[in-house]
Amino acid sequence: MNKKQIRWRNRILLALVLFFAILICENTGLIELVFGSANALYAEFILFLIPYAIAGYDVLIKAARNLAKGHGLDENFLMAIATLGAFALVFFPDSEPHMAEGAAVMLFYQVGELFQSYAVGKSRKSISDMMSIMPEYANIMRNGKLEQVDPYDVPLGSEIIVKPGERIPLDGIVQSGDSQIDTSALTGESAPRSAHEGDEVISGCVNLSGTLTVKTTKPYADSTVSRILELVENAADKKAHTENFITRFARYYTPIVVALAAAIAILPPLIVGGNLADWILRGLTFLVVSCPCALVISVPLSFFGGIGGASKRGILIKGSNYLEALSQVDTVVFDKTGTLTSGTFAVTNIIPAPNFTEARLLELAALAEAFSNHPIAMSIQRAYKGTIDIHSIDSNEEICGRGTKVITNGRTILAGNDKLMNVNGIAFTPENFAGTQVHIALDNTYAGTIVIGDAVKSDSKQAIAELHAEGVHRTVMLTGDHTAVAEAVASSLGVDEVCAELLPQDKVAEIEKLLASNHSTNANKSKVAFVGDGINDAPVLMRADVGIAMGGMGSDAAIEAADIVLMDDQPSKIALALKIAKKTMRIVWQNIIFALGIKFAVLILAALGIANMWMAVFADVGVAVLAILNAMRAMRTGNL
Amino acid sequence: MKRSFKLQDLDCANCASKMECDINKLTGVNSASINFMTSKLTLDADDASFSEVLSQAQAICTKYEPDCTIVR
Repeated sequence: MNKKQIRWRNRILLALVLFFAILICENTGLIELVFGSANALYAEFILFLIPYAIAGYDVLIKAARNLAKGHGLDENFLMAIATLGAFALVFFPDSEPHMAEGAAVMLFYQVGELFQSYAVGKSRKSISDMMSIMPEYANIMRNGKLEQVDPYDVPLGSEIIVKPGERIPLDGIVQSGDSQIDTSALTGESAPRSAHEGDEVISGCVNLSGTLTVKTTKPYADSTVSRILELVENAADKKAHTENFITRFARYYTPIVVALAAAIAILPPLIVGGNLADWILRGLTFLVVSCPCALVISVPLSFFGGIGGASKRGILIKGSNYLEALSQVDTVVFDKTGTLTSGTFAVTNIIPAPNFTEARLLELAALAEAFSNHPIAMSIQRAYKGTIDIHSIDSNEEICGRGTKVITNGRTILAGNDKLMNVNGIAFTPENFAGTQVHIALDNTYAGTIVIGDAVKSDSKQAIAELHAEGVHRTVMLTGDHTAVAEAVASSLGVDEVCAELLPQDKVAEIEKLLASNHSTNANKSKVAFVGDGINDAPVLMRADVGIAMGGMGSDAAIEAADIVLMDDQPSKIALALKIAKKTMRIVWQNIIFALGIKFAVLILAALGIANMWMAVFADVGVAVLAILNAMRAMRTGNL
Repeated sequence: MKRSFKLQDLDCANCASKMECDINKLTGVNSASINFMTSKLTLDADDASFSEVLSQAQAICTKYEPDCTIVR
């Protein structure tokens, strides 16, 4: 609690003590004894005004000032009218006195307000704690001395020193030193990673054991940490449909209830007659219920809690709207490589054609793939132990979705898939190995095939099963691989459908087909999510209802294009994200139904004269407090 | 120009949405949004009238929450 809240709390406590003391005196007949039965009513009136004024003087002042400025109808004004009205009923001689209720409504209103303020402060703090990945300084060597500077001022390509226990301030590459790095603030992964010379390190992680010299590869504004902070902080600006609905609802709710209150206080006595004081009391009860605060606070708080809780587990959600959409996902489409499979390829078979040796075939392949950074090319380069003289390569050309063509020392090497061979009219022997096959041809003569395998991630199968358990009806895998390979992987994982041998542009078309079929069958209710590694599927990520990028650490394209970023590359995080989204939406709807249900129930009961002010004050602050407590559950994602 | 400011002592969510609504109606404002949870005002307004808009925005905040100040 801050100072303001402590003063507020003490004031309320004092008022509560006084209030109950007076209540006891009233019920034991002490007041009547002291002041005489004729004056007892007025004595009570004065006595109850004391705790009332102590607890609520600020509300009264605010209400008066707002009224003077000509914009009433805020909660202070409504509360002041309702409570003062309850006191004023004493002047109707034929009615029951309601001073105790008037004072109590103000007291509990203040208790509720204080609690709201406390709860909001607390959740703001836990969000800002989560944001504690912000580095405060960077160490730079200047004139032989280590200086601490603002990370903002470190130019690109400078060398910074990160000591053990310090947070890495900027993205970069380790120049020297060995250490363990704690990435938990970014990924939710508790096991530390090792970092050695040549490794890329990400800002926001904590250096655990050794001193590292890091050459920065990005300025602070573009570094992972500042992008993540910006992303999470701005997430709440993209409001979900439910949030917008509540804000619009709140705008109409209060004036309508106030109008109803006035109607109830005035019309029935004029038309049907009866006890004026009784109808006024019913109208005042309406006023107490007329503030929509429970909804206005708890719905955004739930979304914010869900987004915060997800980021604690290494899942960045770019807005409440995406969290809402994720909870309605019915179809999940996966890119295969890098998403369901690890994407680290390794050469598993080398099958040379007659007249070629294994070593020669591998050399040709390495030459052909020398300029490519595709995972398959990298694995061939790794498998080839010798060094490639890149100056011997005269021209190289990537043939999208097929392979590469390289001219070296006057000879043409083709490396690629079946299509590339067919297009060039090269006869080859199809091999039956699981994995991706790269056929090599030298001067249009088939030289052999290299088979590259891609391992399925350990939790892919579990991820698919969990998604099905969470109500995802359809899982689809998109890949550029062979149908046979793709189907083998899909059936081992339990994926429902496979679309294989796709060129990158086919993936967008495939997603559009899925979107169209989904939207036509169920009128926009359920959504299609696409999960990819963000490297070459940015258009697909953007086209899907919910684009999820994996392995977001350090990949700008992924953070940019996706709606949700998984900081590490475990597919099981998709199911976790879905669970968080569903839990959050459950809480949101619980709060909406609970708050509106209680309010409408009390309004109806009050109109019938059954509900009293005690019930009304519960329907206002009691409901707000319970809704806030419920909303704060959204932040807890540890057990999902 | 688009800038964001911290709002000190922003306590009431309903007021925040009313402030947002009113600030958006000011002349010179392209868009304004108030994030109650992070107590941040993001204001996109014309460069020429920015400081003018900001003081009008402060007046609106004070109107709904007397304690609430825009930290510049």
